[in-house]
Amino acid sequence: MVNDMNENNRQEHKHFLSPFTFHIKADSFIPATEDERRQQILMRESTSFWKDGFRRLKRNKVAMTCIFVLSFLILAVLFVPIFWPYSYDDQLGVTRGQPVDASYNNLHPFEYGETELELIESGERVFPHIFGTDSLGRDYFIRVVFGARVSLSVGLFASILVLIIGTIYGSVSGYVGGKLDLVMMRIVDMIYALPDMLVIILLSVVLNRVFEDRLAGTVFAALGANMISIFIVFALLYWVGMARLIRGQILSLKEQDFVLAAKSIGASHARIIRKHLLPNCISVIIISTALQIPSAIFTESFLSFLGLGVSAPMPSLGSLANSALAGVYSYTYRLVIPAIIICLIVLSLNLLGDGLRDAFDPKLKA
Amino acid sequence: MSDYIDHEYMVEVNNLKKYFDIPLGFFRTAKLKAVDDVSFFIRKGETLGLVGESGCGKTTVGRTLLQLYHPTGGQILFNGKELHTKEEIQAFRMKAAMVFQDPYSSLNPRMTVGDIIGEPLDVHHLYKTPEERQARIRELMELVGLSSEHATRYAHEFSGGQRQRIGIGRALAVNPELIVCDEPVSALDVSIQAQIINMFEDLQKKLGLTYLFIAHDILIVRHISDRIAVMYLGKIVETAESEEICDRPLHPYTQSLMSAVPSRDPETSRKSQRIILEGDVPSPLHVPSGCPFRTRCPKAFARCTEEVPLLREVAPNHFASCHLLEPKQE
Amino acid sequence: MSLLEVNSLKTSFLVRTGEVKAVDGVSFTLEKGKVLGIVGESGSGKSVTAYSILQILSHPGKIIGGSIKLNDEELVGANPSFIQKIRGNKVSIIFQDPMTCLNPVFTIGNQLMEAILLHTSRNKKEARERALEMIRLVGINDPEKRLKQYPHELSGGMRQRIMIAMALACEPDVLIADEPTTALDVTIQAQILELMKKLQKELGMAIIMVTHDLGVIVQMCDEVIVMYAGRICEKGTVDEIFYEPKHEYTKGLIRSIPYGSKKESRLIPISGSPVDVLNLPKGCAFAPRCDKAMKICLEQKCELVSLNQTHSSSCWLNIADLIDKGQIAPDESIVPEDKEGGTANV
Repeated sequence: MVNDMNENNRQEHKHFLSPFTFHIKADSFIPATEDERRQQILMRESTSFWKDGFRRLKRNKVAMTCIFVLSFLILAVLFVPIFWPYSYDDQLGVTRGQPVDASYNNLHPFEYGETELELIESGERVFPHIFGTDSLGRDYFIRVVFGARVSLSVGLFASILVLIIGTIYGSVSGYVGGKLDLVMMRIVDMIYALPDMLVIILLSVVLNRVFEDRLAGTVFAALGANMISIFIVFALLYWVGMARLIRGQILSLKEQDFVLAAKSIGASHARIIRKHLLPNCISVIIISTALQIPSAIFTESFLSFLGLGVSAPMPSLGSLANSALAGVYSYTYRLVIPAIIICLIVLSLNLLGDGLRDAFDPKLKA
Repeated sequence: MSDYIDHEYMVEVNNLKKYFDIPLGFFRTAKLKAVDDVSFFIRKGETLGLVGESGCGKTTVGRTLLQLYHPTGGQILFNGKELHTKEEIQAFRMKAAMVFQDPYSSLNPRMTVGDIIGEPLDVHHLYKTPEERQARIRELMELVGLSSEHATRYAHEFSGGQRQRIGIGRALAVNPELIVCDEPVSALDVSIQAQIINMFEDLQKKLGLTYLFIAHDILIVRHISDRIAVMYLGKIVETAESEEICDRPLHPYTQSLMSAVPSRDPETSRKSQRIILEGDVPSPLHVPSGCPFRTRCPKAFARCTEEVPLLREVAPNHFASCHLLEPKQE
Repeated sequence: MSLLEVNSLKTSFLVRTGEVKAVDGVSFTLEKGKVLGIVGESGSGKSVTAYSILQILSHPGKIIGGSIKLNDEELVGANPSFIQKIRGNKVSIIFQDPMTCLNPVFTIGNQLMEAILLHTSRNKKEARERALEMIRLVGINDPEKRLKQYPHELSGGMRQRIMIAMALACEPDVLIADEPTTALDVTIQAQILELMKKLQKELGMAIIMVTHDLGVIVQMCDEVIVMYAGRICEKGTVDEIFYEPKHEYTKGLIRSIPYGSKKESRLIPISGSPVDVLNLPKGCAFAPRCDKAMKICLEQKCELVSLNQTHSSSCWLNIADLIDKGQIAPDESIVPEDKEGGTANV
């Protein structure tokens, strides 16, 4: 009997094709109001390009470590010289009117000169020479800090120069196109074909001569002719990569409908480049600038190592390494320390560049 | 001002030609005749539908009309006047706007919706204070059915239909008289297409707009247009009132085009006899001699190879270019 | 026994922001020699359903439940080499864009013959014969010349014909066509549809036609599945779907087709925006856009209810109808009887 009932029920409710539970309440079947329906539609949280990119960057542990290392270095480079009792060009053994105190030269880490030892004995506290001193009795720690400062600022400013020149050149070439593009790109090819190290060496020698006299008395004098010529060399040679990159981006972007839309509105060429094309290249620009800095630092160190970089007494990491070569057997750490700093800067900038690329341009990720 | 008012035609295009040079290698180029000797007119406040298959040149017509391409030959009259100088063209840009096919690539991904809609205002300096600009943007967003709270969002946060509304809002910013709509609904879902089409119709009524509506979907073009022009390989082959051309197509190409549209009604679909065309559309780089359609035309005969048929009035207000439709010569 | 039986198929994409239920409990059967249409908007899960059958889902996509039986053999969870054997042999697929599916560096002949050699025991010469035969079959003239051509030398319509030839070369039981004519012009679309219909009759295979175009459905299909947000809204024969639609979404879809001119009528669109697959509502996914939505529509999803032998729909309005007719008594729970489904009990 029960089976029969079940059978009947089954016949009656064969409508349902799959297992299904619901409780029929008459008041469920009254129309829903407009408001109730609208509540179901949720708009996703607003995300902008930057928010999205930084969120991805934050999840990248390697990149975050690099940011930490770099900000530590930058802060050190900016603030350490303020309270450090020694200066990079201070020869500790030399006091005017007195003979040179040779005991200050070539101190090992945490050693003190003779007068300092006397002071300590008399109960005064003397700031230690953490990395010792160099052969002229200058505190090596502050020289390394200054070296890093020089290297970082060379990297930064050179990259900004490259960025400006490359972006302008590349966007004009890509946007105008046609014959102008052809000519402009052949110029780029020619610069590309030059052996850059040779040109850098030649140029910096020549420029050094040219600038030596003219700089005297200007603000640039502090920088030294060598630094200026390094900037000029960078500006002249290294923008080509950036220009090519930007041109390629612009070429594909200018075919997009939103550029045509801007033209149909009557926007000027400058506006189209500024408002529509470049903002869409921004990820490429950030990434390649981030990768440009370490290469500039490396080149600067290399040139300074060869003696073509910053002029003494201003140190750079490369020139510190160079002068350390003389006493490399007795004072190996003087070579190792700047080398490690260079490696740290270059490596973390490179890894940060990779991280930025993954975060802001996920398509480029191989 | 006075000489504008009397003019019946907002747009008059005479023998428009637009050829592109296609590079084939060093120093060698081929002429691509995208638009070849096209003449038409659009009356004030009407919608002209421009139909054709891909590569027939309909998009080029729209863009050349908006002075985005420089025509190779022919004449474009806007309110009875040709545009020559830069200033004239810049003034024209405030009277004519464009709506694009792809709602994804036609909006700058790095700009907020407010900035996209407000760009025409910026370009033409159409406001005095930032508040005025904001107010106008809000007004435009509400006009196209978007919530004005969303002005600070980016385009990628919106669905295809909403993005197309943003595009229409941008087109309306300068209070244009003419809007060229280049396949404005073909990238959208069926259920959204109808929303956008209705909006186009409402805006036309409200603002007295004139449309050039370019599309390949005949059902939609038929619904929105007053008159339809059919293009094939850079030429207009037939033009007439929209009902006339859909119900009584005269040119063999239009006939097959109309019959190729699958009916949305199962009964009519089963009954209907389709004219299936043979072969493919020839490349616009190698347009056949004589009538461009002769290679696929089921009714082609010797004369079609030799002579280009001219667009002539074959019935009242019904123009077609086919040798078969010419009055019999005694 | 049906040729293809899909039972409560669930396919999800596991992305960072959560699980995208692209297909959420889809069931249907396909008989030999029938054409089944799957229609829906972008994001409705129509293509994912088709891809799930061949298990060619793109990366984060995964079948997480249900069963797919081809000739009574289970495909879900089957050995990958078994699926490999099925692909192209028993079940083939053609895609929307033929250019991206043909390798630009090989000739047409190369690619056609590879497909044949891979799945049949023919030798090279026989495979060439078969390739020529297939090219002739899909209505391309001068087959010898075509074998030596590269994909870019052919027009869009021609390429789609080649894709069809390739798909049919091994005489599959089921052909899945994923928007096969969307990239083509109307006159070429007419050619391809005509060809597919002719071949389907000649070879007696079953076709699953995935499309958003109701016109294509009308012209090609025997049965139709209407999908929305990964679920089936309505299932039935072409006539049932077009003349007696029971789901509000289907009704809206058919209403929104333009007909006549603006002088005659205004279009009746479906309001709102397509559903956001990452943000599915709790109840019926279509409810926020539905003018007739009831309270229960916002609370609970409705399952497919069969209205007659062939027609079923998942709309609470149908159930409200059944309650009115007294076929289901109110204030009662319907609970499942067994896990296999098929029937439910009061």
